[in-house]
Amino acid sequence: MIRWLLWLLGGLVLGGIVHLATVLLLPRTATQDAYTRLAAAAPVNGIVPLPAPTPDEALLPFMDPAFATAVCRYDLASGPLQLRVPVSQAYTSVSFYARSGVAYYAINDRAAGRRIIELDLMTTQQRAELPDDEEITAADRLIVESPTPTGLILIRTFGPEPGLMPMARRALASAQCRTQS
Amino acid sequence: MRLLIGLLFSFAVAAMVGLGLTQFALTRGTAFGAITIGAWTAWPKTGTSDIDPYARAAIARSGELPIGSGDGVAFFASTDDTGRPLDGRCMVTVTGTTPAARFWTLTLYDLDGRLVPNAADRYGFTSQEISRRADGTFEILLTPRARPGNWLPTGGIDRYVVVLRLYDTPVGVATRTAKDAPMPAITAGACA
Repeated sequence: MIRWLLWLLGGLVLGGIVHLATVLLLPRTATQDAYTRLAAAAPVNGIVPLPAPTPDEALLPFMDPAFATAVCRYDLASGPLQLRVPVSQAYTSVSFYARSGVAYYAINDRAAGRRIIELDLMTTQQRAELPDDEEITAADRLIVESPTPTGLILIRTFGPEPGLMPMARRALASAQCRTQS
Repeated sequence: MRLLIGLLFSFAVAAMVGLGLTQFALTRGTAFGAITIGAWTAWPKTGTSDIDPYARAAIARSGELPIGSGDGVAFFASTDDTGRPLDGRCMVTVTGTTPAARFWTLTLYDLDGRLVPNAADRYGFTSQEISRRADGTFEILLTPRARPGNWLPTGGIDRYVVVLRLYDTPVGVATRTAKDAPMPAITAGACA
């Protein structure tokens, strides 16, 4: 009897280890994460508008239907990325996600404080390699560091009512996301 | 022989407990950093680099991109204020006020995060669309049949989730109680 209880206890402890290991390993093995879902629809280092979510079809779960959304799937291997997003009349936000879907930075039109949100996205290493004088001339530009070399940028504009959605989508059309040459 | 049976028993327990706990934690959501106000729960840390390992695994599994904390915060409700699950065949009212924010949206989803299908193709409201009472409070009706006022169709589905998203808001990681963030009440009424 005692022997079985010991085996049970051992099983429970091992179960705890299995639980922690699966939770920590799952993000690496996920095949349906946001990056994978968008990989087919979005080219690398360019902007594509995402179709509005409907009950039958949505690229991502829990998308807000009151927003027009565009995505830039980035890869910083060939150099830092330049992002230029003119703000719409209602509300514009830019959110940065690491390869795993972690939202590491987000900014909206008010926080940016001007008519165009302009950002440079680079890895920590690329930032360290910036020549000193260039960093000074770049002082009025916002520099964002990406924790992973690949990831997603979500650009979203608000449509306060259904009739204003076309306007929100038009505002996205002039956004740019490209590597610096 | 006894050793082998014992080992197998241990491994079976380990697999069941370990995988069961993981499945449970990822589908039910965890309590880490959650703000619960009435029937509403938000996980503001999930929109930052401080995201906990459970939320990280949950978003990897669902494919969701959580709203960034510099953008806004999302409150989820799957029950009414008394804890009863929201039923699409019943009348549910969302009444009161919302925390300070530039604007908000209120949207209905099924449990997998898909929009709730309905004949009117209406999935949610924004704060600029709804009509309010003289004192600034509002009432939103969630019912299967059309109603006058701020009506959102539930399409008669069994279970659904209401998501209230506040954009450009001071509500976030530092928020603790309803005093900082007065959320609307959710009340269930008669069922069809």
